[in-house]
Amino acid sequence: MTPSSSIAAPGANPAPEEHHDHHPSYLVDGTTIKSWLLTVDHKRIGLMFLFWVLVFFLVGGIFALLIRVELLTPGPTIMDAMTYNRMFTLHGLVMIFLFMIPAIPAVFGNFMLPLMLGAKDVAFPRLNLLSFYIYLGGATLALWGMLNGGLDTGWTFYTPYSAHTTATVAPVLFGAFIIGFSSIVTGINFIVTVHTMRAPGITWFKMPLFVWAMYATSCIQVLATPVIGLLLVLVTVENLFGFGMFDPARGGDPVLFQHLFWFYSHPAVYIMVLPSFGVMSEIVSTFSRKNLFGYRAVAYSSLGIAFVGFFAWGHHMFVSGQSTFVGGLFGVLTMLVGVFTAIKVFNWVGTVYKGAVEFKTPFAYFCGFLFFTVFGGMTGIALGTVSLDVAWHDTYFVVAHFHFIMVGATIMAFLAALHYWFPKMFGRTYHEGWGLVSAALIILGFNATFIPQFLLGNNGMPRRYYEYPERFQALNVASTAGATLLAFGFIIIALYLTYALVYGKASGKNPWRSKGYEWMSESPPPTHNFVGPQPVFPEEPHFYVDPKKAEVPNAV
Amino acid sequence: MSELLNDILFLPEAASTFAERIDFLHHFVVGTTMVMSTAVGLAALFFFFRYRRRLPAQATEYVVPTLKTEFLFVSVPLVFFLAWFGIGFRDFTWLTTPPKDAMDVYVMGKQWMWKFSYPEGPNGVNVLHVPANRPVRLLITSRDVLHSFYVPSFRIKMDALPGRYTQIWFEATKPGTYQVLCTEYCGLSHSKMLAEVVVLPQEEYENWIQEQRRGLLQDRQDALADNSMVPPVARMVEQGQILAGTQGCLKCHSVDGSQHIGPTFLGMYDRVEKLEDGQTIRVDEAYITQSMMDPGAHLVAGYQNVMPTYQGKLQGPETAAIVEYIKSLRTPNVREGASEGPAYDAIQ
Repeated sequence: MTPSSSIAAPGANPAPEEHHDHHPSYLVDGTTIKSWLLTVDHKRIGLMFLFWVLVFFLVGGIFALLIRVELLTPGPTIMDAMTYNRMFTLHGLVMIFLFMIPAIPAVFGNFMLPLMLGAKDVAFPRLNLLSFYIYLGGATLALWGMLNGGLDTGWTFYTPYSAHTTATVAPVLFGAFIIGFSSIVTGINFIVTVHTMRAPGITWFKMPLFVWAMYATSCIQVLATPVIGLLLVLVTVENLFGFGMFDPARGGDPVLFQHLFWFYSHPAVYIMVLPSFGVMSEIVSTFSRKNLFGYRAVAYSSLGIAFVGFFAWGHHMFVSGQSTFVGGLFGVLTMLVGVFTAIKVFNWVGTVYKGAVEFKTPFAYFCGFLFFTVFGGMTGIALGTVSLDVAWHDTYFVVAHFHFIMVGATIMAFLAALHYWFPKMFGRTYHEGWGLVSAALIILGFNATFIPQFLLGNNGMPRRYYEYPERFQALNVASTAGATLLAFGFIIIALYLTYALVYGKASGKNPWRSKGYEWMSESPPPTHNFVGPQPVFPEEPHFYVDPKKAEVPNAV
Repeated sequence: MSELLNDILFLPEAASTFAERIDFLHHFVVGTTMVMSTAVGLAALFFFFRYRRRLPAQATEYVVPTLKTEFLFVSVPLVFFLAWFGIGFRDFTWLTTPPKDAMDVYVMGKQWMWKFSYPEGPNGVNVLHVPANRPVRLLITSRDVLHSFYVPSFRIKMDALPGRYTQIWFEATKPGTYQVLCTEYCGLSHSKMLAEVVVLPQEEYENWIQEQRRGLLQDRQDALADNSMVPPVARMVEQGQILAGTQGCLKCHSVDGSQHIGPTFLGMYDRVEKLEDGQTIRVDEAYITQSMMDPGAHLVAGYQNVMPTYQGKLQGPETAAIVEYIKSLRTPNVREGASEGPAYDAIQ
């Protein structure tokens, strides 16, 4: 097998060579830079995404820390108002469009989905590579716009402000528009892969729950992203040429913008959080050695969230001037999302029942995840009761709420996945002690950052405030202190994972003794995932029953 | 008990009837959430300990939930969520339906200040005086971008939209001074767009408004306002008057009510005009602005479509100044007598 064989003929079978005991892992099968940049191997594309997603996470994190430092005092601290306004806009934009939306789907989805389906690759390997370059292209344009002025509209770009501001709106919005295509292409690729590439034995209800979550996510991406694309283009032309779509003086409607914006951006929340649910379903099964309690309920609730998520956007607009009746309608539909999430939470806890728990780093993140999902979700329900939202809307309560459910859950899942699949991706193990320490630090720091923000919101501090009345200072200082802890946690992770990448002990094929489908291949897997004929999957995933007593599984 | 809970939750003083209503729901939701999550958390911790791993490759039983369990998982949260929603929506409906005897105050947000005007005068900047224990309806609009009118102690909030009126009402229960914050991001000085509501006992309020109307304390409003946080108020009316001359408005529009090529500015604001196509329109900021930018869009019956567009010739603040100038030419008879509800179509 030559180093470039995986690039030249991705679909072809490897040449039948005599010494078939040696199949190089995807990491060393081709070592030139070209073999990485032009690869169509889903695993290498996943790794390239991982690199850039982490870079953007660092950028967004630096913005976050600067915001927190600025808010240490009621008056100006380290920057002026214009810089601050740009700072929180860029924090939101980078974290949402460049980190959280691609984080789990593009990195772990890309890497694990074909492995979990027993496939050689995704259905369209070249489209997969294209989606990576579209993402980089859009990110470059957006970053260029940020460096050349930067926009100050908040990540929501509400009109009429975004149409009138003198800041550089157009390149950044157009960059986000381009990134949207990356999301759509990945979504289509995953949907087709799930429909057509399942190995013999993997029926729909034997798919790992991570695959179900990715499938639901992909459906949202394909259906919702075009709407934000259209909207970003409208705002761009409105800003550049003054079309008047959202200008009431010329018959336009600024609230129309909000409807279109949240029609995408509410489902986008589930684009970020559904993959986390998938990751956690895998991790709780592996570390408690149990089949998932209520497999179908969890699978269906992913689809339910994806569906109902499209009809809840108006709960961002209870005080925007929409009618009372419409407010009520969106309120009820919001409760349904809460019920679907509650089903999942109960089933995850139920999975541990009669299991065999091993408390490793990914499981520590699972605990943090449960905490953030429960409290983030319940505050979401509270906001959905309509009347309470009148007081909380656009205050720090909302900021804390979405940082809990959307960011907290996603970061927990991202870190859990990074640790859980680290041996799978690199064939090495990290230091377990440091893993637990940093997990504790991050969960603690996250709470210390955002619990004060819940209280700030109760107390009445609006979001996006550069200066604030003095009575809010104590809680702001507490929040900044928490953010510092959080930063230390991430620095520790960066250090020991980088160390493990180079000096980590070889992990072997399946260090967790997991019965997840992705662990049936080598770790790290060879270029075409499986050696020899396509494997078959007689058992359902995460089937930990003693083979001697295994005559019961028709209970599914 | 509820005072203590409010302190734990950092809730500001509850100073309106609505605040008292929703604080109950707040306590109910927070309390139930805490109890339920503690139960789930304890169950999880118990499981983690009770079912800890004893062998590296331990086999486990195959457990699936019964239909009854799944039904419980769905129905218990659903019942609570719907109950909360029911209470919340009842209060929300209450908040969006002002009582008939509510007193009206017009609120206009603009970058970066709040203007308040009473139908029978006076007008004020950044300080709103209201009587205690009397329903007050706010009719809110914006002159430029989105703003949002938020009084934490009253727990009320409503967006201010350009070209549209939104409404919200409250009944303050305790005399005092309460902060107003803007909660919709509106640009550079968003965080400085502060104002205050001064709640006065009924008789003091009557005295205050009498004094204001007599004009004895013409400037007191501005003296009371905390202007240290807002840019100095431009004399927009004067600026508009000069612009109306230099831009040639007065070549066609009179300001004394006499007939000319275009409709007179005198009493134009808030007048109901008959349009060419038979519809009527009430002249408000949005209509005046539109008529400057696209004069033919809604032509008043009896006038020729001869006015040139001022699109590109007038900057935003200049347009606003002219609008303000036209508004200053309100005839006294426009707002005589008690308020008869909003001059704008009620929302919803």
